[in-house]
Amino acid sequence: MIQIFGIPSQALFGQLLLGLINGSFYALLSLGLAVIFGMLNIINFTHGAQYMMGAFCAFLLLKYLGINYWAALVIVPIVIGILGILIERLFLRHVRKLDHLYGLILTFGLALIIEGLFRNYYGSSGQPYSPPPELTGGHNLGFMFLPNYRAWVIGFSLAVCLATWFAIERTRLGSYLRAATENPALVRAFGINVPRMVTLTYGFGVGLAALAGVMAAPIYNVSPQMGSDLIIVVFAVVVIGGMGSIMGAIVTGFMLGIVEGLTKVFFPEASNTVIFAIMIVVLLARPAGLFGRAA
Amino acid sequence: MAEPPARPLLAVNNLEAWYGESHVLHGVTFDVHPGEVVTLLGRNGVGKTTTLKAIMGIVETRTGSVRFEDRELTVLQSNVIARAGIAFCPEERGIFASLDVRENLLLPPQVRPGGLDLDRIFELFPNLQERLRSQGTKLSGGEQQMLAIARILRTGARLLLLDEPTEGLAPVIIQQIGHTIGTLKAQGFTILLVEQNFRFAATVADRYYVMEHGQIVDHFANDQLKNNMEKLHDYLGV
Repeated sequence: MIQIFGIPSQALFGQLLLGLINGSFYALLSLGLAVIFGMLNIINFTHGAQYMMGAFCAFLLLKYLGINYWAALVIVPIVIGILGILIERLFLRHVRKLDHLYGLILTFGLALIIEGLFRNYYGSSGQPYSPPPELTGGHNLGFMFLPNYRAWVIGFSLAVCLATWFAIERTRLGSYLRAATENPALVRAFGINVPRMVTLTYGFGVGLAALAGVMAAPIYNVSPQMGSDLIIVVFAVVVIGGMGSIMGAIVTGFMLGIVEGLTKVFFPEASNTVIFAIMIVVLLARPAGLFGRAA
Repeated sequence: MAEPPARPLLAVNNLEAWYGESHVLHGVTFDVHPGEVVTLLGRNGVGKTTTLKAIMGIVETRTGSVRFEDRELTVLQSNVIARAGIAFCPEERGIFASLDVRENLLLPPQVRPGGLDLDRIFELFPNLQERLRSQGTKLSGGEQQMLAIARILRTGARLLLLDEPTEGLAPVIIQQIGHTIGTLKAQGFTILLVEQNFRFAATVADRYYVMEHGQIVDHFANDQLKNNMEKLHDYLGV
C-alpha cells in the first residue's frame, strides 16, 4: 500500500476529500453570511437553521410530493429564500440601524424557535435522504475511492461560490451592492432602491444556505440540529476570512475544511479545535481577518 | 441679468428639517429657475448641506414643501426623488473605496434621456480617462471631486445639487471646476450650489441666498454682489 508521511494514501486522501466536502459547506454558508453581513450589517445567527430548513424542505418535497433532488436544488433555495425575505421584512428591518447585538440576539432567538419546531415534529434523530441515482457509485482513482456524489458537491459548490463572487465583484448589480455596503444613503440618493436590494440580498444569502442544505441532505442525516452543529464553525470561518469579504469566505471555507481534514489524519485530538485555534491566531495578527479591510 | 421665467424648476417653501431631536432648518424658502446657477451662502453649520439633503430626501424628517417641476418631493423617498431628475454631489464627495473609477462613474443609473456620454465626460475631465482602473479613493482630492461631479452628469438629471465642490482643493482645480460649471450652465443644466467660498461662487452664480440659523436671511442677484459686499462679509464672518 502506498504511504505518504507514514499514512496510507487511502486514509490521507479520504480525509482530504472529507475536508473538501466540509469546506464546500463552510464556503457556501460563510459566503451567505458574508453577503448578509456586508449588506445588512447583521450577524445572521438564523443561517444554520435556514441551512437545516433547506435540507428538510428537500426531504419533505421528496416524501410528500415525489419531487426529486434535481428539482429540489432549484425549488428549495427559492422557497427558503422567500421565507428569509419575510423574516427580513417582519423583523430584521427594524434592528438594522441598531447595535449588532440586537440583530444577533434576534436571529439567535429565531434559530432556536425554528430548530425547536422541527425537533417537535421530527424528533432529534435524522431522516435519511438518498443521493440521486445519477450520482450513486464512484470511481477508483488508484490512490483513493471517489464517490460521485461527493465529487459533485465539491464541483457544484465551487461553481456556485465563484458565480456569486463574479456577480458581486464584476457586474453592475454587484457594484450597487458594494457601494450600498459603504454608503447606503448616497446610493439611494442616486435613484437605486436600496431597501429592496437589502431584502433581496438577504433572500439570496438565505437561498445559498438552503442550497447547501439540499446538497448536504444525502451526505449527513437530515436532522433539526444539523445547522446548529455547523454554524459556530462557519462563524469562525467568516471571522478568519474577514467579515463581509466574499473571496475571504470562499477561500477560507475550502482552506479550513482541508486543514481540518488533515488534522484528523495527523493529530486527531485537535481536529475539533484547530479552526478556533487558527481564528485566535488570525484575530491577534490581523483583526480584520485574512481578506478583510481594516475599518 | 435677464429676469428669470415665472415658473421655478425648484420651489422650496417653509422647509423645516430635523436630525433626531435637533431642529436644523427653520422654514427655508427659495426657488431656482431653469438654467440658473443659484448659490446658498453661509457659515459652517447654518443648514446649507441639510437643505440639500432635505431636498434629496436623505434627511427624512422634514416638513414644508419642495416642488420640482410641480411635483411635491417631501412625500417621496430619496431614490424616487433622484429618478424625478435631481442629482446630488455630496460635500464629502462620496467616492466608493470598493469600486474603481469606472464603476464609480457608471454607478448612478440614468434617470432621464439626455445625460452626457462618457466621451463628453472625458472631454470635461480628461484625468479620469487615464485613471479608469484605479481604486476610486486612490485619486487626488481634485480628481475625486471631478469624479463626483462627472458621475451625476451621466444620469440625465437637469437639476444638479453641488455641495461645496471646491472645498479643500488647489486654486488651479477650483478654476477647472468653475469652468466646468460654466460649461454645464451653457448646456442648460440648472445648478443649486452650496458654497462658503463666495469668490468662487461669484464666477458662476446668477443669484445668491444667504443662510443663517437654518433660515434664508438675504437674497440678491450677481449684479448686486458688489453693493452687498460689506453685508456679505458680516454674514460669512470673513
